[in-house]
Amino acid sequence: MSIHEKYDLGVVKWFTIMSVVYLIAGTTIGTYLASELAWPYLNDLGTDWPYFQFGRLRPLHTNAVIFGFGGSALMATAYYIVQRTNQTKLWSNKMAWAQFWTWNIIIISAVITFPLGFTQSKEYAELEWPIDILITLSWAMYLYNFVMTIHIRDRKKVPHVYVANWFFLGMMVMVTYLHVVNNLSIPVDWFKSYSIFSGVQDAMIQWWWGHNAVGFFLTAGFLGMMYYFVPKQAERPVYSYRLSVIHFWALMFGYVWLGAHHLQYTALPDWAGSLGATISLAMIIPSWGGAINGIMTLSGAWERLREDYILRFLIMSLAFYAMSTFEGPVMSSKTVNALSHYTDWTIGHVHSGALGWVLMVSAGSLYHIVQKLYNVQLNQSLLGLHFWSHTIGTVLYIVAMWVSGIMQGLMWRAYDEYGTLAYTFAESVSAMHPYYAMRAAGGALVVLGAIVMLVNIVTTIRKADATVKESKTATA
Amino acid sequence: MAGNNKKESIQVKLEKNIFALYFGTALAVSIAGIVEIVPLFTNSETIKSEVTQADGTVKSLIWQRQEGQSLDDWKPGDGVRPYKPLELAGRDIYQREGCYLCHSQMVRPFRDELERYGHYSLAVESIYDHPMQWGSKRTGPDLARLGGKYSDEWHILHLRHPQALVPESVMPKYRFLDDAKVDPESIKERMIAMTHIGVPYTEQDIESAAKTEGKTEMQAMVAYLQSLGNHIEFEKGVVYRE
Ligand code: HEC
Repeated sequence: MSIHEKYDLGVVKWFTIMSVVYLIAGTTIGTYLASELAWPYLNDLGTDWPYFQFGRLRPLHTNAVIFGFGGSALMATAYYIVQRTNQTKLWSNKMAWAQFWTWNIIIISAVITFPLGFTQSKEYAELEWPIDILITLSWAMYLYNFVMTIHIRDRKKVPHVYVANWFFLGMMVMVTYLHVVNNLSIPVDWFKSYSIFSGVQDAMIQWWWGHNAVGFFLTAGFLGMMYYFVPKQAERPVYSYRLSVIHFWALMFGYVWLGAHHLQYTALPDWAGSLGATISLAMIIPSWGGAINGIMTLSGAWERLREDYILRFLIMSLAFYAMSTFEGPVMSSKTVNALSHYTDWTIGHVHSGALGWVLMVSAGSLYHIVQKLYNVQLNQSLLGLHFWSHTIGTVLYIVAMWVSGIMQGLMWRAYDEYGTLAYTFAESVSAMHPYYAMRAAGGALVVLGAIVMLVNIVTTIRKADATVKESKTATA
Repeated sequence: MAGNNKKESIQVKLEKNIFALYFGTALAVSIAGIVEIVPLFTNSETIKSEVTQADGTVKSLIWQRQEGQSLDDWKPGDGVRPYKPLELAGRDIYQREGCYLCHSQMVRPFRDELERYGHYSLAVESIYDHPMQWGSKRTGPDLARLGGKYSDEWHILHLRHPQALVPESVMPKYRFLDDAKVDPESIKERMIAMTHIGVPYTEQDIESAAKTEGKTEMQAMVAYLQSLGNHIEFEKGVVYRE
């Protein structure tokens, strides 16, 4: 029996493709935004239009990459992993397709409503309330189908729920909770609402959402991928079961506290910020435990990194995961935060997570899925091109933001010999220009890599489909 | 946390039953919210709404409106008040244009920020901000204490063409705000919605939205910018935040 008869893989294939399509869209918009900061003329290109300005496009960039690309990647992999590890078809293939369509409608409505200026102005939760309700619906279908698929497994064949599924489950549970609470609002009309929270409480709720969108959506879920695809691609079992258990529970319990570290020295009560920073520091341990768990899975098979680009994507992603989960706690400590907050360093940190960790682990996982789905090899030179273009782009991006961020922080607080502020704000703006240009170049390389990825996947799938058709007509 | 002993540990039980794992996880992720977030709603210390002045008297930081007073009777320094209709319209445009993505509105208690922007921000200053606009990035300067810093004319010229006044600026041009008019009916509905989430607008306030007839979005934006940060009159030597 072929895997296409044994499992529901159509929805997996389409989420995979849409994920890469949104990746190209999201990173292209991101690169355009980066260019606007380097060359502000791009905001309007001589027109009086607001539609392409930084303030309107930025939410589209973040939503397209987080929910369009990241979300679709999470859905493709979750539907794939939950079937493979539980050796059963989806509880409902129809529901998975309904979820596919609602999810894509959500992303398309983001593409339409953001340039028009409809926004709740809550970072990473800008979509207005009718779309939020649709997200809740789509997400509930995703969660329900996932849990039920595990529930209907044959318990004699699969007594234990595999670790990758725990991480996906944790992500789904927490994101439901965060999304619903953070978006509670009172509608004025179809396109405008006000958050029911205000001021300091709203700030805490927003960053409880904001940081856990990172911690659960962009970390726990992608760790689910890591725990399945790294062992599969390396053809070895996970290094340590015990470490997985610790990694999982520490993440579930610990991550949730961190939001407050975004509000250090603000009007949020001091105790909350300090609590957030302390737990942030403690989170280094389980995060590194997890990274080691992933990397060491490869022990004894290191030489495979030389020829296997998919494995390289996966292992490189873990290196960035380790780097970001070290940098994050450092930035949440009060001394460093006093300098880094409000600067480009934060943007750099997010992107070492997003481009280094999330994108690389997804690329590895989605490539793996395509090869398995069609029992084919992807084009190796294109894989190599993607890997190098993406890695160099990411490094350029991060380095540019380190330099500009630290420079901003230092310039804002610098005093001259007379005891007055050494720089005007405008001077700090013009000093950023070269780094903003460098970041845009890094972004362009990432876009190039994403396009190569789509070309590679689509041509491979089409070729495989053609051979299947041929063999069918041959046997008929 | 849950270990993996020889006998059937909690971990193993959870691994065998997806619903148990579901509830175990839901519990684990809830604890932080309960310990860290719920107290912010229940503890009155979170938002300090009164201060003891230098002469020992206690002053409210929130505007204490007398019977029959309208928003126009408020003067800078009288205490935190809800936005006037035109300011509210401006604030909505501020959100629509994503100004918060480049500007913070939260001054931290550091010497350089004090000198560059002004007195550090207090929690009470954003009690009527649904949602708050503290921001997370300073591509442009903080705006929390902007009110009164520049003239209306400066703001209009700057918003139309920032680079004409500050050549290094990377801020977009907002000329189009001159061409659009605010809609008094819609502002009225927005104020009514605000009353449902605790903003103390009176009927008279809501009626006064009619006065915004004919105003441009540019005028609304400037009204909002000029209202930032001057609600409280800060006195030297008084502790506003521990
Ligand atoms: C792309 C980022 C960006 C966006 C979006 C943006 N600004 Fe700015 N803004 C800047 C920069 C950079 C400066 C500093 C240079 C200058 O004065 O133009 C600035 C300066 C300002 C100043 C002068 C502050 C002072 O104290 O000198 C005001 C007021 C202002 N912006 C208001 C706005 C408003 C209102 C919006 C939304 C309609 C907005 N900005 C959107 C980047 C931005």
